[in-house]
Amino acid sequence: MNLLEGIFVKPFQDMFGAPDFLIQVLWEGLVSGTLYALIALGFVLIYKSSRIFNFAQGIMVVFAALTLVGLHERGLPAWVALPLTLVVMLILAVAIERVVLRPLVNQPDIILFMATIGITLFLIGFGEIVFGGENKAMITSQLGIPTGSLEFEPFGGFVSIEQRDLTTVVGAIVLVVALLVFLNRSKMGRAIRALGDDHQAALSVGISLSTIWVLVWFIAGIIALATGIAWGSRAGVSFALEVIAYKALPVLMLGGLESVTGAIVGGLMIGVAEKLFEIYWGQPLLGGNTETWFAYVVALMVLLFRPQGLFGEKIIERV
Amino acid sequence: MLYRIAGQYKTSYAADHALFPVRQDAYLLGFILVMAFVVFPMTASEFAFRALLIPVLIYSLAALGLNILTGYAGQLSLGTGAFMGVGAYACYKIVTIFPELNLVVAIALSGFFSAAVGVAFGLPSLRIKGFYLAIATLAAQFFLVWLFQKWSWLYNHSSSAAIQVPNIDMFGITVAGPTARAITQYYFVLCVVCAVTIFAINITRGRIGRIWKSVRDMDIAAELVGINLMKAKLTAFFVSSYIVGVAGALFVFLWRGAAEANLFEIPLSFRVLFIAIIGGLGSIMGNYLGAILIVALPVVLSTVPAALGVPIASATAEHLNIMIVGALIITFLILEPHGLAQLWATIREKFILWPFPH
Repeated sequence: MNLLEGIFVKPFQDMFGAPDFLIQVLWEGLVSGTLYALIALGFVLIYKSSRIFNFAQGIMVVFAALTLVGLHERGLPAWVALPLTLVVMLILAVAIERVVLRPLVNQPDIILFMATIGITLFLIGFGEIVFGGENKAMITSQLGIPTGSLEFEPFGGFVSIEQRDLTTVVGAIVLVVALLVFLNRSKMGRAIRALGDDHQAALSVGISLSTIWVLVWFIAGIIALATGIAWGSRAGVSFALEVIAYKALPVLMLGGLESVTGAIVGGLMIGVAEKLFEIYWGQPLLGGNTETWFAYVVALMVLLFRPQGLFGEKIIERV
Repeated sequence: MLYRIAGQYKTSYAADHALFPVRQDAYLLGFILVMAFVVFPMTASEFAFRALLIPVLIYSLAALGLNILTGYAGQLSLGTGAFMGVGAYACYKIVTIFPELNLVVAIALSGFFSAAVGVAFGLPSLRIKGFYLAIATLAAQFFLVWLFQKWSWLYNHSSSAAIQVPNIDMFGITVAGPTARAITQYYFVLCVVCAVTIFAINITRGRIGRIWKSVRDMDIAAELVGINLMKAKLTAFFVSSYIVGVAGALFVFLWRGAAEANLFEIPLSFRVLFIAIIGGLGSIMGNYLGAILIVALPVVLSTVPAALGVPIASATAEHLNIMIVGALIITFLILEPHGLAQLWATIREKFILWPFPH
């Protein structure tokens, strides 16, 4: 009886008893959801255009952030370090395409997937040798990201919204809009989508596979850098950040591997849901730390009823 | 030359489908077994047992379990580490509840717990495939490791939240625990691995193995010829998780001696997956080759620079190690996507045809 009350009654009493706290929790969930969505977006872009399940997306986030901080530590001002990091991400994209992807064209999906895990390990080792493994502070103020917090008092309570989180959300929206415009309006963007629809047809009308792959990995690198800055300003930059890559995977299951909309909506849903569950159910009933698996279990439940995810393409089997 | 098959005539289908169609294969296997059972134990040092021989055997057993699921039945799984954990924790509970029980029985029983959990997490495979399934098995990975930390009954409420292997005797000899000798543990692991390998070879060559392969190659066609997909996939999850669970129990009881929940986190799953893929999916022998490579590599990398007189800080060596493993994985995938087993098959073919090129 106590348990039932703990599951069905008490959480909701808590929620409505302290609406300001609920708003705070929702906001926190929304911010981390934005970041999950961004990582998932990187996955989706690469999967759509090349059918590669890019496990290295999480480590690219860390690598980009680490490069930015590392360059700044070596004495470069932030406005030089930022474009230089983008150059590094471009070089990385070219290198991955040349060294890893080109020789592996036409191999089974699992081989390419394993290759991206190889990239992950390589980048971890490489990054630690070059920049060191210790936790570094993100150069938030040098990049012009406002710190401090806005405070509200709704319902006579108290809600505090950090300005950097607000910047994250606004920045993510700008990034996503820019990306959608690029994908839908520009020539290159159309080429990416064409490649996603039908490889051979795209090749036959003269779209260059290798250019598009470099482009897609570079865009994924830009997204990774944005995610890295946002997440690094919250938690510092170190390889421990790679765990957030695992948080993006259930988002992909939920949203569908091919859907940009799915990545965004799924990311936000999972970010909010896991925070709510952790605060109102996980900590009182299960001893906390449920965030590691909650998203997966939700995604699993959804998949049992909708195997293609919420927004994925319906898979029609032909013999 | 070494593999000349002239004069080995097959006069029946049974002979054609025998385990060793070429006599030299049997000799080679006999040679390897003699090495494993007689030569290595006589020559190896305590360090070699603990750092090379025992881990190679245990990792190859885990990879064998995964290979049955991924290589034979075509279901990608990323939760191997957690299933090993289920085997280890189940074995620990069995041993502490029934201290009189023979360790072999305890390990064999603990495999069933892992198998049951594996089947439960294999249920989504009936609805989803490919990478969606891989992510679904990650749910097992994260949920189970969380459970190992939070459910204190599993580690008998010990304050360190770790499981400690007690001293366990079998027929008057200590086989597990702090005072066990490495050579006894080696023989124990070797016997288990041999028994499971014989079982795996036979099951994959038989009716069930052929069903798995047909599901892997084309599930719709398999369904059309009357194969029950649900049964096929779930038996694959069952057998695979059983073997993985046994490997997990061996991992803790005969090698590590103690374990915390974070031992079974995702890097372990990936290491086993690497072994299976570098060794060769859909091959039994590949698991051993892959395990030798993956286990020996860090040992070699940490000893070679010192032997050459190049001092490398241990932290740098570790990072270098990660980097080289990553690069090696990519290189192997590019050079031979079907793994070391395929490489050996090519070499063997060359030997048989030698001195002719084709």
